[in-house]
This record gives sequence, structure tokens and C-alpha cells, in this order.
Amino acid sequence: MAGSTLTIKELHVEIDGKEILKGVNLEVKGGEIHAIMGPNGTGKSTLSSAIMGHPKYEVTSGSIALDEQDVLEMEVDERARAGLFLAMQYPSEINGVTNADFLRSALNAKLGEGNEISLMKFIRTMDKQMDFLEMDQDMAQRYLNEGFSGGEKKRNEILQLMMLQPKIAILDEIDSGLDIDALKVVSKGINEMRGEEFGCLIITHYQRLLDYITPDFVHVMMQGRIVKSGGPELAQRLEAEGYDWIKQELGIEDETVGQEA
Amino acid sequence: MTIDTKLPFDQEYVVNFSKENSEPAWLSELRINALASAEQLPLPKPDKTKINKWNFTQFDSHVVKSEIYQSLSELPEQAKALVDMDATNQSLYIQRNTTPAFLTISEELKANGVIFTDIFTAAREHGDLLQKYFMKNGVKVDEHKLTALHAALMNGGIFLYVPKNVEVKEPIQAIFVHDDASLNLFNHVIVVVEDNSKVTYVENYVSTVDSANGIFNIVTEVIANPNSKVQYGAVDTLAKGITTYVNRRGVANKDARIEWALGLMNDGNTISENTTNLMGDGSFGDTKTVVVGRGEQVQNFTTSVVHFGKHSEGYILKHGVMKDSATSIFNGIGKIEHGASKSNAEQESRVLMLSEKARGDANPILLIDEDDVTAGHAASVGRVDPLQLYYLMSRGIPKTEAERLVIHGFLAPVVQALPIEGVKKQLTAVIERKVK
Repeated sequence: MAGSTLTIKELHVEIDGKEILKGVNLEVKGGEIHAIMGPNGTGKSTLSSAIMGHPKYEVTSGSIALDEQDVLEMEVDERARAGLFLAMQYPSEINGVTNADFLRSALNAKLGEGNEISLMKFIRTMDKQMDFLEMDQDMAQRYLNEGFSGGEKKRNEILQLMMLQPKIAILDEIDSGLDIDALKVVSKGINEMRGEEFGCLIITHYQRLLDYITPDFVHVMMQGRIVKSGGPELAQRLEAEGYDWIKQELGIEDETVGQEA
Repeated sequence: MTIDTKLPFDQEYVVNFSKENSEPAWLSELRINALASAEQLPLPKPDKTKINKWNFTQFDSHVVKSEIYQSLSELPEQAKALVDMDATNQSLYIQRNTTPAFLTISEELKANGVIFTDIFTAAREHGDLLQKYFMKNGVKVDEHKLTALHAALMNGGIFLYVPKNVEVKEPIQAIFVHDDASLNLFNHVIVVVEDNSKVTYVENYVSTVDSANGIFNIVTEVIANPNSKVQYGAVDTLAKGITTYVNRRGVANKDARIEWALGLMNDGNTISENTTNLMGDGSFGDTKTVVVGRGEQVQNFTTSVVHFGKHSEGYILKHGVMKDSATSIFNGIGKIEHGASKSNAEQESRVLMLSEKARGDANPILLIDEDDVTAGHAASVGRVDPLQLYYLMSRGIPKTEAERLVIHGFLAPVVQALPIEGVKKQLTAVIERKVK
């Protein structure tokens, strides 16, 4: 079997009673990399949070499925164990819990009781991936995200991605706040994951990440919907011309959520 | 409302008790005077906790004679877990109720003239030395009813004395085992470290009974003479039903350092005072405390660092977890006296609430009587952050495990500061059991 499929149909999502997503349709398959682009305030991050099950976001209608499984029926941790991963824009800092302990708990939760990874094997794997991502070894023993710089947090998200090997990953603005070197490292990590078994949804403002990771599909989000889809050339046109031409094409004046065409 | 304040033991009893233990005259006298004071003096007034209805004075038994431990293998499991059973050269004192039940002293201690013995032996064999420090500059007899009662009825404890220029490398350990429900304990621990010396001491109060009605009145005095360093670790795990007054106080003279790591895990009502008096210029005090409250417990944790010396530095870090209907007051007091210029007083108190009915108050207090100083405080009371749980769960960690990680992480700074591996593990296990 070549990977899993994430299927989103007519998804409507509210936060604090305000509707942010107004019918999103999207399918991400193993082996595919999708990019969702769009200006601020159009619902991109809401989509990623709703897929993962953020407690503040309420799905009012529509469906999310991972293969045959109804994602909306699952708790956050069940979604992760089923194979979903969200690299967060603002990862939480957790005092007193080391990065290594956290990752080992996560890995063992996924492997299940009786199949836990041996400590030696875990350390070897983690060391290897940290080397690959050019992270200081001492980050394994630092408290989770505490005092990490913006770039370190993003690398740490990718480290988790590589350790947990999900079927479908969503990367929420993984490129924001990164300098060019960090961006290259992060991209290297994602490209390393690329393969038939791995599907990825990249949420970004900027074309520049897509210079390093070539997407198979590009979608533009406005007003809580996907308003345009295409291939990598769409991202290049957006970079060159901005979003105005799409707004004109669709008759949209204000692209943010809450404004109707 | 009044409660019976007549004390259950009279002067004759105290005189006889002192005589039975062959105590020197000064100690007998101190006890007799203390008993008279105990009748007159009021109870202490811990800020924001009313204790006038708590029973600190009415009890029947004063001495619980117990068998000594011939070897460590006779220890109860709870105590075994704390000890390195295979160590051949350690310094370990075990008290069973009020009986000194086991003592071993390392070659290192013997070679350097370190005194480590139970308080009765200390009074007999090192009476002059003990007298010089006993309830003089640390905790005073006449502070209130409970310090006076403590002095009058002291029935256990230890004396640790480190002479000048001795750096004790291995930690010294004491375990106070409570395995008789009728025990009332007046335990006195006194640690004196002379100039340029260093010592690490760790104690555990362990109940092996599930519940009892006893009264525990515990006083610790740490005297750190110039340029010395004392690391003091303690884990208290006294059973439900025990009413505890525990006062741990340090005096840091010039350039001395006192570092406390306290795991206050009693299941009964507890008044805990921990004060570090930074007397000397350049002295340093650091207090790390963790607390877990559960059931119907009422507790008050007052941590103070008082700056007298110039360039003195004081740090208070307190983390508490409250569940069920437990109530706790966390008072943190940084006090800088006039003249203690260039001093720095910092404190942080954080309380994590795990249930709707639990109560926790964090009161940071800075009292500053000098201009040229720095000070800071942070305090918070809150629930487990749902976004932290979301983050951990988004990596596949189930909710209960995620909560466990957050709580352990919250308490980790103090657990990590404990210098004995077995004690660290035990505290982790106690926390595990209590927050479950």
C-alpha cells in the first residue's frame, strides 16, 4: 500500500462562535506534497488546528478522514497515533520535561505497550536525526522548547517529525521566523521524509520555502475556502504577482475570513 | 473559643526524662524553663492559616521505645528504598520512632573529626559544643508555644558537626521512621558547619503506618559558619492524621551558602516554616520546595529569606500541586534589612490546581528596608495548561500520561536538586502516587 490518504470534505470550523472555515475540500495522499498559500487571516492555520483537534476549534460540519477512519471521532492523541502529525507554528514550552524524555514517551505511545523502543536504540536514532538537522546534542537534555530560539523550535518540530515518521504531516508556517540557513535545514528534513509512504501539507505565506521543497499541488485559501488549486507554477506566479490577480479573477475585495464575495 | 492549654507533661516528668538520658545540667535547665514558657506563650501565627483549633499540645505518649535495627535488611520497605543497601562506607542514621536504631559512619567522617550522632549521645558526649549552638542563633526557645514545647519535650534528633576546613564529599543521610501510631515526635536536627567546610545532608521522615493522630514538632537548625557550604535535602512523607509543625532554619554567616531542597509530601495538616537568615556579607541562601496536597489536608508553607549582610543573595522557588479538597497557603517572604546593601532577593511561587475544590494561595511578599538592592517575585496559581496537553497529545501521548509529564516537569526543579539518587527516586515515586 502506498501511504495513507487524508480526505477533508466540506469542512466548517468555528472558534469562539465565529465561523472561520466555510467548506474546505482537500485530499492529501501518500507520496504527495501539497502547499496551502494565502494571505494572513484566511483560515490556513485554522485548517491545520482543526485537523489535529485543537481544543479551541469546533468543527460544525463536514468530515475529515484518514483512510477509512473518522478523524473527528478521535482524541488528539489517537489522531497522532493513527498517523497524523502537526508541526506547530507556536510549539508549547514545557518546563521540567526533557526533549529526550518527551520524544521517547511519544515514540513509545505510538509503538504501544510491549513494543517500546530500547533506550540505546532510541538514543542512537535521536543522535542521528539531530546530527542530520545540525542540532546541538545538548538539546536532547534541555527542557522541551524552553528557552529555544524560534529556529531551534522549528528544527525541533522537524526532529519530532523524523522520529515519529507519521503518514501525513501538516507543517503550519514552519518557515516563519527562520533565517536562510535554518530554512535549508528544515527543508532538508522534510525532503528526507519524502516518499510513497508520506503525505505532506505545507502551510505557508511565502514562496521561498517552496524553492527548497517542490510541491506537487498548490492551493490558495481565501475567506475560509480553497479558492484556487494548481501545480508548482501557481506558487511561482503568486510570488511574482501577489494575490491581487486571484482576487480580481474571483471578484474578491477583502480576502480575510468574514468578508463575503 | 478556647481549647485546653494545660500541657500533658509537667516539670517533674521533664526533669526525670532529662535525668534518664543523663543530660547535662544546661539542657535540663533549658527544658524546665522551656516548659514554663510553653505554658505562657501563644501559638505561632502563620499568615493566612488559622491554627488555634489545631491540636499541638494534647497527647498521651512521649517516648516510644522501639527495637533497634541490627542490619539494614530489617528496615521497612519504605526505608529500604531510600538507602543504598550495598554501600559499605556510608554515613547513615536511622531513628525508629524515638529510638536511635541504626548508625554507621564513613571512614571519611571519622578521619576528619566529623560528629554525627543522635541528639542524646551528643548531649552526653559533646555537651559543651552542642550547648554553644543549641537553640541559640537558629530557632530560639521562646519564639512561641511550639518552639518552647519542642525544647521541653525534645525526644529525638541528631547532631551533625563538621570542623573547620573539611569538605565532606559523600552525602550524610538520616531517616526518621515512624512505625508506631502512638508516636508524638519532638525531633531536633542541628547541623553546624565550621569555617571553609562543606557538607551535604539529606533526611527523610517516613511513616509506615497509614494513619495516626500524632503530633510532630520538628525543628532543624543549620549554622553555616564563614565560607562554608551546606546542602540540605529533606523529604517528608508523614501519614494522614498527623499534625505537623516543622521549622527548618538556617543561619549563613560571612560568605556561607545554604541550599535547601525540600519535598513536603505529608498527608496530614502541616505548618512548615523554612527560614534562611543571611547574616554575613556575601552570604547566599537558596530554597527549593515542592509540595503536593491531597484529600482534606490543610497546609501552610512559609518560606523566608532574611538579608542582614551586604551583597547577600536569596532565592526562593516553590512549586505546589493541589488536588481533591486540599488547601494550601504558600507564603514567600524576601526581607532585606537596613544596611544589607547590594543584596538581591528573588522568589517564585507557582501552584498547579488539579481539582475544582482544591485551594491554593501564593503570596509573594517583599519587605525591603534598604535602597541599594535588587528584588523580584513571580507567583501564579493555575490549572494544567490545555495547550501544553494539546501539544503533548498531538505527538500521540495519551492525556493521562501528558498530565503526568506536565506535573512531573512542574515539580522537577526541586526533585533534581536532591543529592541522593535513592531519595530522588523515592520523591518521584511519592509524587507519582499522590497526584494519581
